[in-house]
Amino acid sequence: MAGRITRADVVHVATLARLELTEEELDRYVDQLGAVLEHAADVAALDTSGVPPTAHPLPMENVLREDVARPSLDRDEVLREAPDTDGTRFRVPRILGEEP
Amino acid sequence: MSEAVLALAQAVRHGDRSARELTEERLAAIATAEPEVHAFNLVTADAARAEADEVDRRVAAGEDVGPLAGLPVALKDNICTRGVPTTCSSRILDGWRPPYDATVVTRLRSAGAVIVGKTNLDEFAMGSSTENSAFGPTRNPHDPSRVPGGSSGGSAAAVAAGFVPMALGSDTGGSIRQPAALCGVVGVKPTYGVVSRYGLVAFASSLDQIGPLTGSVADAAALLEVVAGHDPEDSTSLAEPAPTVTSVLGDGVDGMRVGVVAELIDGVAPDVAARVRQAADALSSAGARVDEASVPAAVHGLSAYYLIAPAEASSNLARYDGVRYGLRVEAPDITAMYTATRSAGFGSEVKRRIMLGTYALSAGYYDAYYGQAQRVRTLIIRSFDAAYARFDALLAPTTPTTAFALGAKTADPLAMYLTDVCTVPSSLAGHPAMSVPFGSGDDGMPVGVQVLAPARGEAVMFRVGAALEALAPGPTGVDAVRSRREAVR
Repeated sequence: MAGRITRADVVHVATLARLELTEEELDRYVDQLGAVLEHAADVAALDTSGVPPTAHPLPMENVLREDVARPSLDRDEVLREAPDTDGTRFRVPRILGEEP
Repeated sequence: MSEAVLALAQAVRHGDRSARELTEERLAAIATAEPEVHAFNLVTADAARAEADEVDRRVAAGEDVGPLAGLPVALKDNICTRGVPTTCSSRILDGWRPPYDATVVTRLRSAGAVIVGKTNLDEFAMGSSTENSAFGPTRNPHDPSRVPGGSSGGSAAAVAAGFVPMALGSDTGGSIRQPAALCGVVGVKPTYGVVSRYGLVAFASSLDQIGPLTGSVADAAALLEVVAGHDPEDSTSLAEPAPTVTSVLGDGVDGMRVGVVAELIDGVAPDVAARVRQAADALSSAGARVDEASVPAAVHGLSAYYLIAPAEASSNLARYDGVRYGLRVEAPDITAMYTATRSAGFGSEVKRRIMLGTYALSAGYYDAYYGQAQRVRTLIIRSFDAAYARFDALLAPTTPTTAFALGAKTADPLAMYLTDVCTVPSSLAGHPAMSVPFGSGDDGMPVGVQVLAPARGEAVMFRVGAALEALAPGPTGVDAVRSRREAVR
């Protein structure tokens, strides 16, 4: 059973989730996430040895289809909704440390 | 009410009523009361008129336009509509126009329905009161000082207020059933995989299901048969046709074994528990063999749900990164752009769930929280299986209390999460469940009784639901709103 969530944990998790939190948000989330995880202590403490996990509620096999080309989404219609494009592709800010 | 709604579709089919006329009636109702209720993020009045005219043109041309001919329908605003904004009540998708229709939208149109707009929800369907919306809360039509429930609060309120006879919502841990109960309408969460999720914006993919919110059980059955059935676009869609439910509604409950779930009635408000007991007695008098049922692992449902659903959400919501659609906040490099966009675009409850889910999945905590919750999910399924060896269907409250006041739980997330305690167990099991209005609480607000059934048990669930509706005390749906509002005046 894990210990109570700390402020350092919340800062770390925010970085993983690509969220920037204010000091006030950090304080609030330490308390609120702590309360939810405390409530979940009953689950964390249960003896479940030998119980397999359920990731999906109903048994399902892989779903396959014939490898036949079908129409896809219209490129212009998709790009029209993007924040920035070069007309044929999504455009993003630089991804490595190089000069633009 | 039910026969009235489906009879309207029949009248349109036969050319006795026009779809345009039905649509104008509902648009007028919306224009009158929507400023108070705020059920909609968007009313697509002009498109609805055009769709209605098209239905009328096809009827005039002798075509069969389908079982929902001319019926106005509202869609929860996390269901994609091609070219029409789909926001999930989030700033991060404000203004986004999907390049495709959800499968349920295509099926509604093929059945002759007329889509009148997109309803408000808790952001990305995360919440139980429709207060976590970037566009402001929806109010309960029975009493505007109270919440409509959530996250499909806009759809529930739109039906209760008489804006539309039927609406679609989505249910991950109770988001159809809980607002249906608090607004006094019927809400159905089908078996996982019965309704295609193609075009439903994902929250927790192993739990999400689209389903009906309507004024009656018969309307819900008709709507479910239209939208359900296998869809090759959704790999988790069951490879079978839509369940047959409209033809079983009159079959009654004589000889049926119905269990009242002890663990789910324990701890709910006395007035709600009393209505569930009364519903059980009514079913017994109608010939059902009613007894107390036990689903011991259900008590762990809430804890398991609030680890599994946020974990799946934290993964699903990684796609909102400012690259392909929605909001982008400019920054010098891509990581800073991701962070700035997500921090500005998501509301506080969505951030909270992403944080909770990321934590539950992170190194060192994965097995203690997420892994353990998945094993508890197995225990819950086994617990239900044991109960369904003795019973054909189960009865429980839908919610611990009637509708609460706006703002009452917004400062305490755990208190808000606890309102889902009666609905999450069947969600984790993937089972169908529905809420049927059954009288009111001490405060005069609607109470919902929940009918649970095993996987693919829609037929038995609808039989019990129809029997409960026939036995329910007092008016329901739009009629109940009208009588309450008149009493308050």
